[in-house]
Amino acid sequence: MIAMQIPGDTWAHRLPAGLKLVAVAVASILLFQVSSFWTLLPCLAAVISLYASLGRQGLAQLKLLRGLSVLLACLLALHWLSGTLLEGFAIILRLIIMILAANFVSVTTRMDDMMAAVQPLFRPLEWLGISSRKPALGVTLVLRFTPYMLQVFSMLQEAYRARTGSSGSWRLLAPFAIQSLRMSDHVAEALKARGGSDGLTR
Amino acid sequence: MADRSLVHVAFYAALIAALGLLPPVAIPFLSGVPITAQTLGVMLAGVMLGPVRGALAVLLFLFIVALGAPLLAGGRGGLGVFFSPSVGFLVGWPVGAFVAGWIMRATGRLNVLTSSAIAAAIGGIVVVYAFGIPGLAYKAGLSLAEAAVGSAVFIPGDLLKVAVTALVAETISRGLPAAFLSRT
Repeated sequence: MIAMQIPGDTWAHRLPAGLKLVAVAVASILLFQVSSFWTLLPCLAAVISLYASLGRQGLAQLKLLRGLSVLLACLLALHWLSGTLLEGFAIILRLIIMILAANFVSVTTRMDDMMAAVQPLFRPLEWLGISSRKPALGVTLVLRFTPYMLQVFSMLQEAYRARTGSSGSWRLLAPFAIQSLRMSDHVAEALKARGGSDGLTR
Repeated sequence: MADRSLVHVAFYAALIAALGLLPPVAIPFLSGVPITAQTLGVMLAGVMLGPVRGALAVLLFLFIVALGAPLLAGGRGGLGVFFSPSVGFLVGWPVGAFVAGWIMRATGRLNVLTSSAIAAAIGGIVVVYAFGIPGLAYKAGLSLAEAAVGSAVFIPGDLLKVAVTALVAETISRGLPAAFLSRT
């Protein structure tokens, strides 16, 4: 339903998620030391070739930069105004490289695999007597609630349009909140009726 | 944490996600001003859930974004957003929700409308920008003043969201008082 992964099974998909996460962390630390324009350019080329290795769908992911272009252009303009244009170029290049590298992990890793890779980080919760599976249950609940809430909102919006002719109003927010809050109460009861989240396997 | 609390936390995390997925037409505040409704969800989480659960709701949402769900306004998501220049604002969100929830509790004697407006303004604007502006300055190599000027464009939209938060909180406190967890 809600996902940003490229479907398929490329070399990057097959790498373990944990390894990819560590690689991004190391890359961000290394890149932090680099401020020369001429070192950053090959890094950018390397990151883009990672995307290129996934084929056409991989290169299509670079459209991510279009969304950022306004923000980056504003930042560059601010640097230009304060007379640090060259430095600004290097900083923005570094931002682009890091955003692309981190995004590469996200587009080649399924959310389940990512969850499994970070699951050990929640183990300390068990010292507090909380099941370390609870964050995963929370994630599942959110991913199920979100489309339901959009559906509730669109129903309210249609009813509002039928009554008034205009497409929507902030006035819908309160009934929307109340209706979906009721739903969450039902879910809480249903969860309890089934033994609660303590029944989760560790 | 009780199951009911977990469901409530998940509910507000989903609300933040849903507000980011709503088409911009659905939020007809001011045409032309770039408003993401998501900080509205952050303010509401703090105001409605109280400090701890409010902050947890925002953290859960950010965690799902980091796992790779494109739930930030404009369909952004994944690890890339945590390296973007605006990451400071995302870091400020859970703290903002915490502060909003705390103020909600501390001003318990005021009526809901006033109290939630103060909570949303301080938690959702002052605290969030207190993280966002230094973050922007640091990531983009700008001075604090430049970063502040660049961020100021969004303040009118945020003020509108404070008003909406207060109105929604007031309505819920009357329509479904049991859901008003920050004061129970």
